[in-house]
Amino acid sequence: MMEQIHLIGEVLASTIRLSTPLILCCLAGLWSERSGIVDIGLEGKMLAGAFAAAAGAIFFQSAWMGLALAILVSIAFSYIHGYAAIAQNGNQVVSGVAINMLAAGLALVLGNNWFHEGGRTPPLPDTLRFMPLSLPGEAALREVPVLGFLYQVLSGHSLLTYLTFALVPLSAWAMTHTRFGLRLRAAGENPHAVDTAGISVSGLRYRAVLIAGILCGIAGAFLSTSLAAGFIKDMSAGRGFMALAALIFANWRTWPALWACLLFGFLSALGNVLQGTTIAGVPVPVQFINMLPYVLTVVLLAGFIGKSIPPKASGLPYSKDR
Amino acid sequence: MMKKVHGELPHWVDTALIPAVNLVVALLVAGLVVLIIGENPLEALGILLKGALGSVRGWSYMLYYATNFTFTGLAVAVAFHAGLFNIGGEGQAYVAGLGAALAGLGLEFLPWPIALLIGIMAAMAFGALWGFIPGYLQARRGSHIVITTIMFNFIAASLMVYLINNWFRPAGRMAVESREITHISLVNLLPPSPLNAAVFLAGLAAWFTWYLLWRTRLGYEIRAVGANPEAAVYAGIKPQRVIMITMAISGALAGLMAVNEVLGVHHRLILEFAGGAGFVGIAVALMGRSHPVGVVLAALLFGLLYQGGAELSFAKPAITRDMIVVIQGLVILFMGALEQAFRPVLAAFFFAPEKA
Repeated sequence: MMEQIHLIGEVLASTIRLSTPLILCCLAGLWSERSGIVDIGLEGKMLAGAFAAAAGAIFFQSAWMGLALAILVSIAFSYIHGYAAIAQNGNQVVSGVAINMLAAGLALVLGNNWFHEGGRTPPLPDTLRFMPLSLPGEAALREVPVLGFLYQVLSGHSLLTYLTFALVPLSAWAMTHTRFGLRLRAAGENPHAVDTAGISVSGLRYRAVLIAGILCGIAGAFLSTSLAAGFIKDMSAGRGFMALAALIFANWRTWPALWACLLFGFLSALGNVLQGTTIAGVPVPVQFINMLPYVLTVVLLAGFIGKSIPPKASGLPYSKDR
Repeated sequence: MMKKVHGELPHWVDTALIPAVNLVVALLVAGLVVLIIGENPLEALGILLKGALGSVRGWSYMLYYATNFTFTGLAVAVAFHAGLFNIGGEGQAYVAGLGAALAGLGLEFLPWPIALLIGIMAAMAFGALWGFIPGYLQARRGSHIVITTIMFNFIAASLMVYLINNWFRPAGRMAVESREITHISLVNLLPPSPLNAAVFLAGLAAWFTWYLLWRTRLGYEIRAVGANPEAAVYAGIKPQRVIMITMAISGALAGLMAVNEVLGVHHRLILEFAGGAGFVGIAVALMGRSHPVGVVLAALLFGLLYQGGAELSFAKPAITRDMIVVIQGLVILFMGALEQAFRPVLAAFFFAPEKA
């Protein structure tokens, strides 16, 4: 019994860890798409951020400098996407695909050139990472039933994880209660109305991709300096696309996005735990758990459970002279 | 899909000059990256060209890679013509491997030419199915094809790991792969290079795509739906039907890649045999302007880059094969998303600046 409870605790804590990059990328996608810019380059920006964070942490001997560099690099990619989508009226999906390839390729070419370890960075010592933090009173509460268990699940995560969970209410509030958030959403629904009101659609959209860049950068830093110790090839492992799926699942709204990311994070955690185990002598087909987020998203998109409605003007370039 | 801004420039500027300028810019940026990692871009280019074109072996590898890219490039191109962005070529090719392997392993009682033909058709059918489902979901349920095909790539990846591991892997074998397909295979043209008879299939597929798009009623319907779905309805075309058929054709073309890899090279079903060729198809289709001739030329160029890049990474270890992925990204960026970026400059060159 104790063993099972311990296992459940492990899975829940792992859910929180694995949800962190999903939530960050999902929020990034949320801000971007709510302003009208489709972003399938979340994956690439996160990967670039992961590499920059690990490389930055080594060069400057500081995890914080790594984080800063990750954010800067991710913003740079965001602006390439923004320039193509906003200034050049380019195809946003094509631009996103390009960003993903550029990031994956550049990280490995530069990584190999700087560290000579086949594209990976040297392993980071704990001093250069965002390490798990124990919440105050964790030890004291350990023996308390239920509460102690829950507190243990919530304790022991990195600063970046706590930051991420704090960003969700902030994001929800900013999106619905600030002038900027309201205008930004208007730019994604009806850019002509925004323009008529004398507000720059381009300006709003550039700020949206800037936010997306910052969030993906943090997600990348989390991957390489918190979840793992250093950068390895393709370490984003499709999480950017899973975040995109979560965004659709959440119908482009902040709080549901959190639940969708937690659900997908839970499925990942479950898949990891069940890997190689058997139930009644039959090996658990972990692959089916792994594909569940994508299958659920397809089913949802097809309108078989509920209906997902993207922002009206998302993906459409806006030009004044129409 | 491709939006024209002003239609005043001569035709050849749009079809040849602008793509050429974009390609040159993409390669210049790639050269810059080579410079940053402390190598000489011109020397690198020399090694790359010699590696691909300097020997029969180089040529044969280049053609082998180009075979794959022609299939996946045509897949993306056909979908582009109907206004659909099929990012799922990777998954479609991967699933198509099932068809090729099933025929190869299960039809040993048939004469091999018939089994081979069925194998090719089965690969196309499996690929077509994996393209048709997103097409159906787009046409009938309104799910966006880009998102669905991305999801289907991931679903395919998990599904194939499961199937190869649990169904195809012989008992006791450690490596996650099927047993060897001995009954059917495509003729290896220049051993030990992987180039095989699938290269002729690629040529045939390109001709078929051209014929389909510009010489058949269905091709007309595909292009009409791509140009303007609302107007197509008034021409008596059913866009929903066209979308589903186009996606099935697109998937079938991508599926042919599995014929090259499973029946021509590995002779067994292995994990991840598509190896990103589905995504190269996007670059190839954009570069080839979605025309079969352009696709073949672009596929050859990417074949050259892959083969030359492999040789280059031997000669200059600093320039790893990942450099090709960078070039791919740059090509997609400059020839796709920033397609029109240099148009004003060129327009200014062609016309006196009358109007701001």
